[in-house]
Amino acid sequence: MEWLVSACFGVMIACGVYLVLRARTFPVILGLTLMGYAVNLFLFLTGRLHTNLPDIISPNQTRYADPLPQALVLTAIVIGFAMIAFLVVLSLRALGELDTDHVDGQQENPPA
Amino acid sequence: MINHLIVSPLLLPLLMGTVIILNANQPVARQRILGLSSCLAVLVMTGILLFQSAEGPIQTYVLGDWPTPFGIVMVLDRLSAMMLFITALLALLCLAHAAPGTDREGKNFHALFQFQLLGINGAFLTGDIFNLFVFFEIMLLSSYGLVLHGGGGLRTRAGMHYVILNLVGSSIFLVGVGILYALLGTLNMADLAVRMAAAPAENAALLQAAGLILFAVFALKAALLPLCFWLPDAYGFTSAPVAALFAVMTKVGVYVILRVYCLIFSEFAGVGAGLLSAWLLPAALITLAAGAAGVAGSRDLRRITAYLVIVSVGTLLAVIGTFQREAIAAAIVYLPHTTFMTAAMFLVADLIRRQRPDAGSELIPDRPVGQPTLLGLLFLTAAVAIGGLPPLSGFFAKVMMLMTVQGNNAAPWIWALVLGSGLLALVALGRAGIIIFWKLLPKDEPGTGRGTSHDPVPVYAPADVFPAAVLLCISPLLVIFGGGITEFAFAAADHVINPVHYIEAVLGPDRSLPLLYPFGGE
Repeated sequence: MEWLVSACFGVMIACGVYLVLRARTFPVILGLTLMGYAVNLFLFLTGRLHTNLPDIISPNQTRYADPLPQALVLTAIVIGFAMIAFLVVLSLRALGELDTDHVDGQQENPPA
Repeated sequence: MINHLIVSPLLLPLLMGTVIILNANQPVARQRILGLSSCLAVLVMTGILLFQSAEGPIQTYVLGDWPTPFGIVMVLDRLSAMMLFITALLALLCLAHAAPGTDREGKNFHALFQFQLLGINGAFLTGDIFNLFVFFEIMLLSSYGLVLHGGGGLRTRAGMHYVILNLVGSSIFLVGVGILYALLGTLNMADLAVRMAAAPAENAALLQAAGLILFAVFALKAALLPLCFWLPDAYGFTSAPVAALFAVMTKVGVYVILRVYCLIFSEFAGVGAGLLSAWLLPAALITLAAGAAGVAGSRDLRRITAYLVIVSVGTLLAVIGTFQREAIAAAIVYLPHTTFMTAAMFLVADLIRRQRPDAGSELIPDRPVGQPTLLGLLFLTAAVAIGGLPPLSGFFAKVMMLMTVQGNNAAPWIWALVLGSGLLALVALGRAGIIIFWKLLPKDEPGTGRGTSHDPVPVYAPADVFPAAVLLCISPLLVIFGGGITEFAFAAADHVINPVHYIEAVLGPDRSLPLLYPFGGE
């Protein structure tokens, strides 16, 4: 279980970094989204891996899953979502203003 | 007795920002009045807080009265009170500069400005590392809006890079916070410090990694080399009041580095002790050199000023990087000076730019500016202050910094780079002044700049130059009240460098015992 989860995290981060280093806005946004997901997964895992444990107080339980990472992930998801939405709008605006989706704002082969 | 004033720098901008959004379709004059009155009120409140903190101990504000370390806590010590006051004063003057023009270029300038204040003030006040992330995000999201305010291709491109870099930074920040929480089981900074001191040696590598991951994020915010290349474009292309306000944004990074690495990774921190001492000083010195090279190489007054921001961050962090009490006090004296003077230079550059319709702020010969005496005086004062010449405050702050780092091994490097960068700044600003004010084309000949506009040059009323002039007046004031400020800086450095004060204020006297006894403490 542990190796599977950590491999997931690693692959997502690696793909995210690769995509962020692309030169077009769309792959960059996808890459940031992937990195965001990976980081959210990581935050969730900071409460350790459990199965069948409640995270709210219940009288017939002695062990609990840590509820705090879940609260953190919730906050991070909301913030990350807003940021990505903003970036999508910004890249659309950049496409309109600069006439290209290259992150440098310049076309590699400008039309003659 | 809880001091409710502590949260006012957060609640007031939040409330006013919301009210301004509700007035988004009303005339801009109404938003202007709301925004300015909010800034004025925050200035008064942070002024009171500054006086309270100068006399008293570290104060905390526990939201919802949840017992620490479980709830969210705001902490006000001398350094954060000073940062709040600097931000409030700067914000009021920047908004006053923006009021007659920049705020018309888009709809939501005033609301974004208030939320920007909320984010910055929150980052200074929070005592909780996850809330630091949240306030960073509030600060960044409004700064994205402000950077792009007014639009235009160059601004959009620079803003794009700024946004992407900061989004990557946010992801990395969360990884660092996650590792700290996974190993130490808390997010409260004071509690983190206590648990870090007691952390077992087998977690040392991971904890140090977390500390350095966080450093990468803070270095990005503070624009340390190699994470500073977003800054010249983002600050150089955005509107002047926004760039001037952003002079304090890099200082948020400096503040957070000082806070986190003097508290959580302090010398008492066991496995995390002295984590940054090997990294911060060299990085800051290289930043200083690169910033100075940028200042000397720029051919645009706004870009020169943007590189001066990098120089000022490099200077501050080089001195802080010695992690000595006296050096930190000297850096605290230098911090308000450099923040206000770089901001003033952005505003002066804007005033000059608007009276040179052909060349703008670019350093090429053009027709004379409309009011050469007025603008020349403002420019000269700003240049003298930034370059660190007597009799203005930069000189005294720099002397103090250079004297306090004398005992350090790296002192020759710090001396050479701080003085050398000051000299380069003076040369670059002198060249800029010569081109702008002396190297003139005949009045009736069109310029050789980008456009050949024949629009009438605006003539400044006293209200237009007032904010920049007030910012420049702060420099002699910093000299006149230098004694009191130095005293305050030493007291503030005491709060910062000795984590025991902070931990006792947040967690109560008994919780810091494991920290006090094994390591000697006070």
